[in-house]
Amino acid sequence: MHTLSIKQLGEALRARKFSSRELTQHYLKRIEAFDPQLNSYITVTADLALAAADAADARLARGEGGPLTGIPLGQKDIFCTTGVRTSCASRMLDKFVSPYDATIVKKLQAEAGMPMLGKLNMDEFAMGSSNETSWYGPVKNPWDVTRVPGGSSGGSVAAVAAGLAPVATATDTGGSIRQPAALTNLTGIKPTYGRVSRFGMIAFASSLDQAGVVARSAEDAAQVLQAMSGFDPLDSTSLDRPVDDLVAPLGRSIQGLRVGLPKEYFAEGLDAGVRACIDGAIAELKKLGATFTEVSLPNSPLSVPTYYVVAPAEASSNLARFDGVRYGHRAEGVTALEDLYSRSRAEGFGPEVQRRIMIGTYVLSHGYYDAYYLQAQKVRRLIYDDFRRVFEQVDVILGPTATDVAFKLGSKTDDPVSMYLNDIYTIAANLAGIPAMSLPCGFKDGLPVGLQLMGNFFDEAKLLNVAHQYQQVTGWHQQSPKGFE
Amino acid sequence: MSYDNWEVVIGLEVHCQLQTKTKIFSGAATAYGAAPNTQADPVTLGFPGVLPVLNHDALQMAVKFGLAVDATVAERSVFARKHYFYPDLPKGYQISQYELPIVACGHLDIELADGSIKRIGITRAHMEEDAGKSVHDAYAGQSGIDLNRAGTPLLEIVSEPDIRSSAEAVSYLKKLHQLVVYLGICDGNMQEGSFRCDCNVSVRPRGQKEFGTRTETKNVNSFRYVEKAIEYEIGRQIDVIEAGGKIVQETRLFNPDTGETRSMRSKENANDYRYFPDPDLLPVVVSADDVARIRATMPELPEAKRNRFVEQYGLPKYDATVLTGEAALADYYEAVVKTSGGDAKTCANWVITDLLGALNKLGKEIGESPVSAPMLAGLVARIADKTISGKIAKDVFEAMLAGEGDADAIIKAKGLVQITDESAIIKAIEDVMAKNPGQLAEYRSGKDKLFGFFVGQAMKATQGKANPDALNRLLKKKLAP
Repeated sequence: MHTLSIKQLGEALRARKFSSRELTQHYLKRIEAFDPQLNSYITVTADLALAAADAADARLARGEGGPLTGIPLGQKDIFCTTGVRTSCASRMLDKFVSPYDATIVKKLQAEAGMPMLGKLNMDEFAMGSSNETSWYGPVKNPWDVTRVPGGSSGGSVAAVAAGLAPVATATDTGGSIRQPAALTNLTGIKPTYGRVSRFGMIAFASSLDQAGVVARSAEDAAQVLQAMSGFDPLDSTSLDRPVDDLVAPLGRSIQGLRVGLPKEYFAEGLDAGVRACIDGAIAELKKLGATFTEVSLPNSPLSVPTYYVVAPAEASSNLARFDGVRYGHRAEGVTALEDLYSRSRAEGFGPEVQRRIMIGTYVLSHGYYDAYYLQAQKVRRLIYDDFRRVFEQVDVILGPTATDVAFKLGSKTDDPVSMYLNDIYTIAANLAGIPAMSLPCGFKDGLPVGLQLMGNFFDEAKLLNVAHQYQQVTGWHQQSPKGFE
Repeated sequence: MSYDNWEVVIGLEVHCQLQTKTKIFSGAATAYGAAPNTQADPVTLGFPGVLPVLNHDALQMAVKFGLAVDATVAERSVFARKHYFYPDLPKGYQISQYELPIVACGHLDIELADGSIKRIGITRAHMEEDAGKSVHDAYAGQSGIDLNRAGTPLLEIVSEPDIRSSAEAVSYLKKLHQLVVYLGICDGNMQEGSFRCDCNVSVRPRGQKEFGTRTETKNVNSFRYVEKAIEYEIGRQIDVIEAGGKIVQETRLFNPDTGETRSMRSKENANDYRYFPDPDLLPVVVSADDVARIRATMPELPEAKRNRFVEQYGLPKYDATVLTGEAALADYYEAVVKTSGGDAKTCANWVITDLLGALNKLGKEIGESPVSAPMLAGLVARIADKTISGKIAKDVFEAMLAGEGDADAIIKAKGLVQITDESAIIKAIEDVMAKNPGQLAEYRSGKDKLFGFFVGQAMKATQGKANPDALNRLLKKKLAP
């Protein structure tokens, strides 16, 4: 059952070949059997999942429900779920149970009828590129358990890659969907900023955060993203415009598609083996009728420094609410207010989160704001202008998702800057707000390589169709890690 | 206090709670006085993942205020986050407006004691959310937090440092208070904190151009306290400087029990608020059309109403000023005039002297008056049609205050209808003359002063119901030798 696509699962459920309960039980058993090796789930919600599966079965029996009804999913533990711990992989929220549901939780679970298997591991507050900053320990890459799955959505990708969930939600602030998808042979998409509601998604960097999905194919991703997307009156930054049909256009030919290859993404720093896989993908897409031109995103080298001003600044502000007063970790034995704050936060936040809070506090401080935050916002505009110019010439931009394949656990934890450079190809899309995705395009030394596609605003359907067409003629995305059959 | 050699410079920051049903960024209710934390939804509590959505009623009210003080309403204004840690500030930041406020460059004209008009500049007014309340005396060794107030919309109105005395400050505040209540954007309840003031005060030797160092006295919540706090600060600052000391720029607190201010924190310890535009909220865009639409809903403002009262009703300026002091009172007066058919000045006298006097004694607001406008109109109408005399009317008014019904019911129940039948009045006069032959003889021999005695006796004989004009006329005729 766990090798079937979302479409096949939906058809089988509606044909009553198996029930949602049976399917959900199957995944729960697999989680029990395999997750101890991976640590992809923080919380498994077996009882709730089975109750939701029964409700889905009842809907299906009445001939109701949609294409996703009864298909279980995993939720990144950044989305608030009523009655279930929502930890954001932080000690700060280890005992936090949300009193409300995130909008995407409502959409996918209550409305679409997808039972939640559990809450997935991640980097603490989504800050990390290796899933090693989690309070609940690192997640292992199913392709090589001595390596990282990428981050911050490491639990989401490990679970889907190992067949411990058919699909999972994820979030992407600087590459947290695409980089881990690349490192685990999955298809992951971060839609246009504002396309998916952020209400109930614990904020890291509000102007960059965007929810999306990791799946085993573009088609799977399209179906789930379709159900997540849409205007939400509870999110002022949500886009009040109709959602395109993401599924129906998947059959379209890409003959004549104009693809831009940004020269900055193929410069020094890109691993030769990764480069070879990207070149292979370009050749395949040419066969499908796509045309390629070199383009330039001259400000892209500024992405990483810009991001590491904007994101920590917003994070330092967003994380100010975790003060030990109303919820979350509170230090014991405090007598003074200052102590309550400093000790609760020192104990509740891990080192990477503390580092970013300090950077963010610094760049917003009086006398530094203009030089850092304001300057970064100006550079951000330049990066956006680069994309705007390029999208006058091409339909999509193609490049690598990450510089290299998955690295060894612990190999970069002492070097934050080298860790930050993991996101060198992914950050620009967040700064510009455009949709971007990663899809499998080969292997180097047995480890998956990701291909990145970036599109203009609202072009999710176009990106997914390019990926889908590519997946019709290649088999990379069908490869699964060994040992999780 | 005399400070002839010193000039006082005052700027006021007023926090005015906007009268919306729900909070500025969430659907939680704003009503005052609910049980602690019952009006705190996840957004108010700053739960993880929640997001603010601007309450458009609050925006409309801010625009109304801008129009009322002849200010520029920003086409694009921006919410910013102001950071500081305090337990009653749930998110660790307050959503406010910083660089681009909704309202800028307005003014308010105040009347000084000598009757001249002074223009006070309004630098800006911006929208922001209120904080919650810390309760320090309910639990031994611990503080309680009530977040009901958190997220209540505020309009912070910042004046230019144009104010030169505590009297001017109070005059400005009263004018501003009247205006926001008139506009229906604030309930004006100062005790509940709906309208509170921070006073920036400095002094400088007369003739000096530069401002002196200022202090800011926070959260003063009555006109009298504002006056006291400013007076105290002026005296204190002059004393410090005259003793050779220097004023420290600092935030101070006013203690109503002692009438003194004390230092809360100095500038060196001031917070770095780390303002930056709130990425959860889009810039607020107000188009010219929006402004025109809001302008069309503006009520008549106090000055315009006062001038109209003078013109339309021929009232003296004093009467018009009193009657337009509150929109509710002005409405009351206009209802009395319209429905009674009585003389506008008579109506004004009844409202100002009798009604306001009675309400003042009862400690009630116009909205709580036991005598409604139709009731008072009914009374005035009976005077106008000569059913009762003005004197009897006072008794009827007392009876209405006591809840005995409307004027007609009281007049009927007490048999107070004025006697206009001349034969009945003549009969009463003749009775009085017959009973008082001595006084009659004295009067006829030239003691004119006794005329009043006969009026009083005849009135008494008719239980005060005789039409006074008729009585006077007939009595003169009868008493004549």
